[in-house]
Amino acid sequence: MPLLEVTDLKTHFHTRNGIVRAVDGVSFSLEKGQTVGIVGESGSGKSVTCYSMLGLIPMPPGKIEGGSAIFDSINLLNCGEKKLRQIRGKRISMIFQDPMTSLNPYLRIATQITEPLHLHMGMSKNRALKEAIRALDEVGIPEPETRIQMYPHEFSGGMRQRVMIAMALITKPEILIADEPTTALDVTVQKQILDLIKERQRELGTAVVFITHDLAVISEVCDEINVMYAGNIVERAETGQLFKNPRHAYTRALLKSIPAMHAKGDELYTIPGLPPDVSQPINGCAFRPRNELGERNKCLTDQRPKLKDTGADHWVQDCPGCLA
Amino acid sequence: MLRFIASRLLQGLFVLFALYTITFFLAKAMPGEPFTTEKNLSEESKAYQRALYGLDKPLLHQYLIYPKNIITEGSLAVSTSKGRPVKDIISQSFKVSVILGLSALGIAICIGVPIGVISAVRRNSWVDWGTMAIAMIGICVPAFTIGPLLQIFIAANLPGIKVAGWGDPQDILLPAITLGLSTAAYLARLTRGGMLEILSQDFIRTAHAKGIPASKVITRHALRGGILPSVAFIGPAFAALISGSFIVETIFQVPGMGQHFVNAVISRDEFLLLGVALFFGFLIVIMNLAADILTGILDPRVRITGSSPK
Repeated sequence: MPLLEVTDLKTHFHTRNGIVRAVDGVSFSLEKGQTVGIVGESGSGKSVTCYSMLGLIPMPPGKIEGGSAIFDSINLLNCGEKKLRQIRGKRISMIFQDPMTSLNPYLRIATQITEPLHLHMGMSKNRALKEAIRALDEVGIPEPETRIQMYPHEFSGGMRQRVMIAMALITKPEILIADEPTTALDVTVQKQILDLIKERQRELGTAVVFITHDLAVISEVCDEINVMYAGNIVERAETGQLFKNPRHAYTRALLKSIPAMHAKGDELYTIPGLPPDVSQPINGCAFRPRNELGERNKCLTDQRPKLKDTGADHWVQDCPGCLA
Repeated sequence: MLRFIASRLLQGLFVLFALYTITFFLAKAMPGEPFTTEKNLSEESKAYQRALYGLDKPLLHQYLIYPKNIITEGSLAVSTSKGRPVKDIISQSFKVSVILGLSALGIAICIGVPIGVISAVRRNSWVDWGTMAIAMIGICVPAFTIGPLLQIFIAANLPGIKVAGWGDPQDILLPAITLGLSTAAYLARLTRGGMLEILSQDFIRTAHAKGIPASKVITRHALRGGILPSVAFIGPAFAALISGSFIVETIFQVPGMGQHFVNAVISRDEFLLLGVALFFGFLIVIMNLAADILTGILDPRVRITGSSPK
């Protein structure tokens, strides 16, 4: 039985401009200690998928329209706020994109990092502080005893993300959700943070859901990759398999647009057009208007294609125009 | 920190001197003189009076002797209309105004801040719209409307509460409410704005993701930043509240300081006018400084460097 099993998750936002179907039937699962990537363009529903599982969607306007997310035989989507709060930050933790704004600028690092320990473990002040200093040491913060008494603005971006990681992992969670943890960082720091996440994951046996739009990052850390487009997963495969043998036209277009795939001096490939407006109902293949690499005129127009297993646990949306 | 306070106080001194200069010459520009009254005083007695108060000296001399006396003797001269030292008049009436102003500020904070927080948390609900509409009314309706309404509906119906007067502890209630309501309304709007700003920040999402209960997210993570705009407002507002209000004092017959701002002008009592104006300026300078220090305590990013041990 997988550690986390998300089935047919649907999260919609009821706005003045209509119903935004941010996540529209997403299923994936996560095994203990595994790293699963979710990749896609901005607005494809990657983050909303994960926020939905933890009840971090503002409701209203957001609403979970259906599906389930089973973690340790608890359905996270309907177990109630109180029960969810005991899981959130203790057994499932999160780190976010922008470390400059994700830490509270008004509180000392010590206050923020010990908070989960007081809250979830009922630890005394002294013990929690010792534990927090150890956690900062483990993520590579020099002089943790003095640094812990400082405020976030006295840290650099990379250091703050290290603090975020220490804070998220301090309760030894079973799942870490990393929402674009390296996007806001320098390239040199990105590598350090990725290595740190991998290292801590190995030591604690944590499973990781890794959200990103950076294919280079995802190829480095993930065991399995889900490619999302317009609120759906269009392709899922083991990392090596996906990069070697991409089947969906969107995945192929994404891979083709990686700069490193081009010869020097070549014009870079970009996917034409924009992601579809998910506030309008999409009937048929969502990628049809931008499909250049497949055969656009063969794309489904009457129903959204379903994921199907093409063998060896390689799942692709079954659209004749996109599949190759 | 001490250097910061010292430099701000020095700036304040310049502000006060500028205020003194402007008030002095404006007072001199007023038509008439202190001794123009309905009674037709003889020229001799007017001249005697002028000499008594030093008003017969050249203008420049008068302009310089007043601040010199403040510094050397701590004297604010003598009121021409009351014949008493201005310092005594201010200290006597300021005691009343401080009690009234503090009560008004207490009422304003106790009403305004919680309402602001609640309407920010429940934004776009009927609670939000309702309280903000009332706050808008609170800002728009002047004290000379609220005061008499309170007198008619509360003082006239509740035993023990007088319509006007000053002496018993419960006499503070109605004038303090009248004085504090508009400040409460401003505070509610400022707190709501500040809280909305903070509640949309990423670190609030982090706090929720840590599993902190919603109420604690607000009190521990959001409130500190959310009340910063209110703190900046409370500084000068506090100075205004404790220096009295002519309208509220007149409606409720309170012997506070506000009356002197108006009466000094009417009786062309330039020493009393200078005294209360400078005292008010002094309060504004001090309260702004206090608000800045408090902001630094609440927000470590603007904290004055060099104070905390590195």
